Amino acid sequence: MIILDKNTKCLVQGITGKQGSFHTEQMLNYNTNIVAGVTPGRGGQTFGPLNVYDSIEEVKEEMDVNASIIFVPAPFAKDAAFESIKHLDLVVIITEHIPVQDSMQIMEYARQQGVTVVGPNTPGIISPGVGKLGIMPTHIFQEGNVGLVSRSGTLTYEFAHQISRAGMGQSTCVGIGGDPVVGLDFATVLQKFENDPGTESIVMIGEIGGNAEERAAEYIQDNISKPVFAYISGTTAPPGKRMGHAGAIIEGTSGTASSKIEALESAGVQVAQKPSQIVDMINKSK
Amino acid sequence: MKLYEYSAKQIFKKEGIPIPEGYMVKSSEEAGKAAQKLGRAVAIKSQVLVGGRGKAGGIKFADNSEDAQQVAQKLLSSHIKGEKVARLLVEEKANIQKEFYVSVALDRTSKKPLIMASAEGGVEIEELAANSPEKIVKYHVNPLDEFLPYEGREIARKMGVGSALISAVGGIIWKLFQVFSHYDAQLAEINPLVVTDKGVIAADAKLELDDDSIYRHKELMDLEEYQSEEFAFVKLDGDIAVIGNGAGLTLSGMDMIKLSGGEPATFLDIGGGSSEEVIKKALNLVIDHPPVKVIFLNVLGGITRADDVARGVITALAEAERKVPLVIRLTGTNEEEGQLLLKEAGISFETSMEDAAKKAVEICNSL
Repeated sequence: MIILDKNTKCLVQGITGKQGSFHTEQMLNYNTNIVAGVTPGRGGQTFGPLNVYDSIEEVKEEMDVNASIIFVPAPFAKDAAFESIKHLDLVVIITEHIPVQDSMQIMEYARQQGVTVVGPNTPGIISPGVGKLGIMPTHIFQEGNVGLVSRSGTLTYEFAHQISRAGMGQSTCVGIGGDPVVGLDFATVLQKFENDPGTESIVMIGEIGGNAEERAAEYIQDNISKPVFAYISGTTAPPGKRMGHAGAIIEGTSGTASSKIEALESAGVQVAQKPSQIVDMINKSK
Repeated sequence: MKLYEYSAKQIFKKEGIPIPEGYMVKSSEEAGKAAQKLGRAVAIKSQVLVGGRGKAGGIKFADNSEDAQQVAQKLLSSHIKGEKVARLLVEEKANIQKEFYVSVALDRTSKKPLIMASAEGGVEIEELAANSPEKIVKYHVNPLDEFLPYEGREIARKMGVGSALISAVGGIIWKLFQVFSHYDAQLAEINPLVVTDKGVIAADAKLELDDDSIYRHKELMDLEEYQSEEFAFVKLDGDIAVIGNGAGLTLSGMDMIKLSGGEPATFLDIGGGSSEEVIKKALNLVIDHPPVKVIFLNVLGGITRADDVARGVITALAEAERKVPLVIRLTGTNEEEGQLLLKEAGISFETSMEDAAKKAVEICNSL
């Protein structure tokens, strides 16, 4: 497994909110090592077995903690993310609709501090058997050796479901997030799966837009020896109405499904046309 | 949110970027009056949100008020790449000596704003970027640092701008970055930035703002371009409405329809955590779209609960004014409860996306 393992001790920012409280309970039910909650102004309260604190600084004074999962609403997410980046090693940002300029600042600060950020706008990360830092329905996941990385939340579920139903399971599933600016990218996750003894094959789920899949293809060619299988959604989507020239200058011809599929196939990745083909592909590679 | 040129230019002007004198009009009479007020040769520019407007014939010139009225009439009855022209910008025609290119855009790869500038602006900029990339100056800005005017001048010098214009061009680059950052833009572009006998001015303006930041720019909600959107909804050419939870799954649903030989009529992403009410609204939206013959609702619940979806479907179908066959794929969180509700209401469902897509196409073909 990668990123989320037995050493991960996580606090929840925004634990008293609607999403935060619901999903904290779910994470605890899945035996995730959640150690505290943070909501400014609610220090001293409790949430189930957890104490709630006003700040991360305070949590750190009282216990051992190295990760955070953020549920706070978008207008306050940058503040929450900076606080956790300052004090911890891993930050999972579930919040969606964070202004992209805030995300750019969050990622730059994380880079300076050497902190791993997953998301924003992600279902999170799950290592079946260890826990989940996220909002995914747990019954479709099971322990196994397929590593899964995806830009799309619901397609993560679709593929995890197919893999589990076929009697295989997942080492870790990482949602990197659907926003234009996210923390962990495909290449970094692929590298971690490559180095993880518990992962035998890798499934990568991309979609149209941006050039993350093309960059991943380049990385796979030179660095990944484990079998990688991919699926790209949006093959039939009409081309987006691009406005200025800047996007075209930055990204060239990348962004379409065919550009991504071509790049991946030429890097030796098998690309499935339908989700149901992935299981056969994995079986044949064994 | 993409802005029309005239709206973008108003914002540029507020931030101190020089723009040509001009007026936005919606009729040929107004266009004639605007040309008269300007009292010289004018450019008449279609206000559309698609790119490639100039090459598609959306920009014309006129020497006097009468000409302007005629030209405006033609443009106002035209479409540019499928978009109807409803507004024109009538501007003084600039006496162009030289054309530059400047933009600030979001660079997803570096996760930083990227300034790009070139002394060879104009409509061929993308070809220039592909063939002579060295002619485009690229400059990343650290999102945690302040961007200062001297950096704008350094970029201008690298473009090859001489001493006489370096403050004007450098200053405009700096101001364009201020627009990008103050308005939460994803793209701010001037192409061309023109040198005229009266100085350096932004002959065109493109501005694309981040919808997720609109809450901190309430004044922009008054713009004509602003639409508050509950769903990501796109109408397409086919006859099978595709609805899904999450962009990836909805796109995939479209792909499965096409692979089974059908044509999607909509892309409608209901997002995560959809309530019964949202499902009802989404179904009504596609039922109201006349080309839709079959609806394919593809839900794999995460935060979205299958029982909420089932309740929404049941009430929407009971109240629908037009009967449209519906193929539902319903799995995920609370699936037993959701599937039971559908069964009790006599509505059939599928559990595999691919089977459901195939069925939707079969029904559509049999109609």
